[in-house]
Amino acid sequence: MSDVSYIQRPNRPLQIYACVFLFVLYVPVLFIPLFSFNDSIYVRFPLQGFTFEWYGQLWARDSLWDALYASVRLGICVAVISTILGVISARAITRYRLPGSSAVVTFIMLPLVIPGIIFGVALLVLMSRMGVPLSLYTVGIGHLIVCLPFAVAVLLPRFEGFDKSMEEASADLGENGWWTFWRVTFPIVWPGVVASLLLTFTISFDEVIMAFFLTGTEPTLPMYIWSQLRFPREFPSVLALSSIILFVSFALVFLALWIGRFGSVSATKELE
Amino acid sequence: MPAKDAIISIQNVDKHFGAFQAIHSVSMDIRHGEFFSLLGPSGCGKTTLLRMLAGFEPASSGEIYIDGAPSADIPPHQRPVNMVFQNYAIFPHLNVRDNIGYGLRKQKLPKAKRNAMIDEMLELVALPGYGDRRAHELSGGQRQRIALARALIVRPKVLLLDEPLGALDKQLREQMQMELRNLQREVGITFVFVTHDQEEALTLSDRIAVMSGGHVLQVDTPSGLYETPNSREVASFIGTMNFFDATVKGRANGHAELDVQALGRVELPVNGADVGPGDRVCVAIRPEKLSLHDEAPACGAPSVAGTLAATAYLGERSHFHIRADGCERPIAVAAQNSAVQTGGEKAEGKSVWLKAPEEALILLGND
Repeated sequence: MSDVSYIQRPNRPLQIYACVFLFVLYVPVLFIPLFSFNDSIYVRFPLQGFTFEWYGQLWARDSLWDALYASVRLGICVAVISTILGVISARAITRYRLPGSSAVVTFIMLPLVIPGIIFGVALLVLMSRMGVPLSLYTVGIGHLIVCLPFAVAVLLPRFEGFDKSMEEASADLGENGWWTFWRVTFPIVWPGVVASLLLTFTISFDEVIMAFFLTGTEPTLPMYIWSQLRFPREFPSVLALSSIILFVSFALVFLALWIGRFGSVSATKELE
Repeated sequence: MPAKDAIISIQNVDKHFGAFQAIHSVSMDIRHGEFFSLLGPSGCGKTTLLRMLAGFEPASSGEIYIDGAPSADIPPHQRPVNMVFQNYAIFPHLNVRDNIGYGLRKQKLPKAKRNAMIDEMLELVALPGYGDRRAHELSGGQRQRIALARALIVRPKVLLLDEPLGALDKQLREQMQMELRNLQREVGITFVFVTHDQEEALTLSDRIAVMSGGHVLQVDTPSGLYETPNSREVASFIGTMNFFDATVKGRANGHAELDVQALGRVELPVNGADVGPGDRVCVAIRPEKLSLHDEAPACGAPSVAGTLAATAYLGERSHFHIRADGCERPIAVAAQNSAVQTGGEKAEGKSVWLKAPEEALILLGND
């Protein structure tokens, strides 16, 4: 007899399934870093030789650095604004008895399921009707729409998870609403805020569709990559760049998830 | 205007939550330096009333005076009252010292003075050396003390306690009851204490307000509530009580002549009860005021014949249920076991006599 319970017993078919699943999911992605070190401008087997040349070439491209700088600036602004808006909405949703608050939540979350191309076209039409020239600002507005549901989705459980009496206790001890927010509410939801910042930054940094419709003269990094795909000679450099972005995105998302989980684990402990 | 010695004066306060009325025109005064309890079953409005004192819920009508000033427009953070929450609400991101010192920010104290105050509080609640711990490293009783210290350090005029002992196990609870009472005497601050545990309220309080269904039934000292309840509801909520139906036969100089079920003719003081001849009323007596006899007592006190239906031996005392003619419910009797008890004597089915001293009978209006 096995000394572990039925539910804990290893399940061979499921383990195989999990391995196949991860393999199919990530192997295509792994080709990108693989070919970025390949000493040939053609992406095909057999591999020719190992080189850092494509990475080296990246340094010489000013337009790439401009695009990267634009994307980072955009990402930071979008992350900060969408997280601030997310904090405000999450607090309102969890603290006040709003009429139709579930409808409000649904509308906030709707961009998750509405295709980005629809929002992109809609914003493009709106902007041109209003005579607003396309620029990084218009891309930013598009990214806010995409990022806000993620910010709220990350922050809402943090706000739901902590007890209203914490805020009452602070008020009782002489702090007004503003000080209560800074001394009690914000520190308690802080892990959610960090997770939201990292997640929304990553989403904005990688986003193509909104940027495609709304970019002006300054391209974001994904738009720059898109424009380079037309030139076969540039392709290996694009692979090198994509590998770097891939790595940084992975790192940020993992960090966001880890901070989120770490925060909620310590919060549960405290509530016991 | 509130009375002079009242730190809190509640005047004709109502509270509605939508269509539900949680508080029905409550009026009472809470005096300087007293340990005052709000006692009642869950849902009776006692916590709502406490939250109104703290400023978390506005009164729908009526006025609450705190230290002589009407409080309706004073937000919670400006009231001279502090609260110990039911779940203690210890801030999870701060250690014990910062939790206790939370309310001191506005006083802009030098660091040494602040630390000295926190140390003094840790000493007062018997937790010196716990300053660097986090909330999740504390036991229930320790959290409770931190919550007390955190509220007391800002020197409130009134401390509000919302069932602070409810989450503790029995032994710790009894210990904390004693500590709470001593602490209140030491700091001399008015405590308003919410509880559904009548024993706790009787043990701790100077005065108790018994609440039910949003009404205050009676405000009195523990012994006042126990010995002279003003209604059947209060009488049955505090301790055990035997009730006998009675009819008023006549009234003369503050006394009512009654025909009491099973007990016969009795004359009792009315104590302000609004009764007239022909009214159906009720006479009550505590189990320990009845005495049990093997033979018919000589004339004097009203007495009842009956048979022992059940006995329970509880060590220092025994409880008996006696079935008497003319009473549908058995009569409860409690007797001290001051003499050595031997088995058999109080066997079930034995016929006995109950003597009810007239001065222990309480006349209650039938509500």
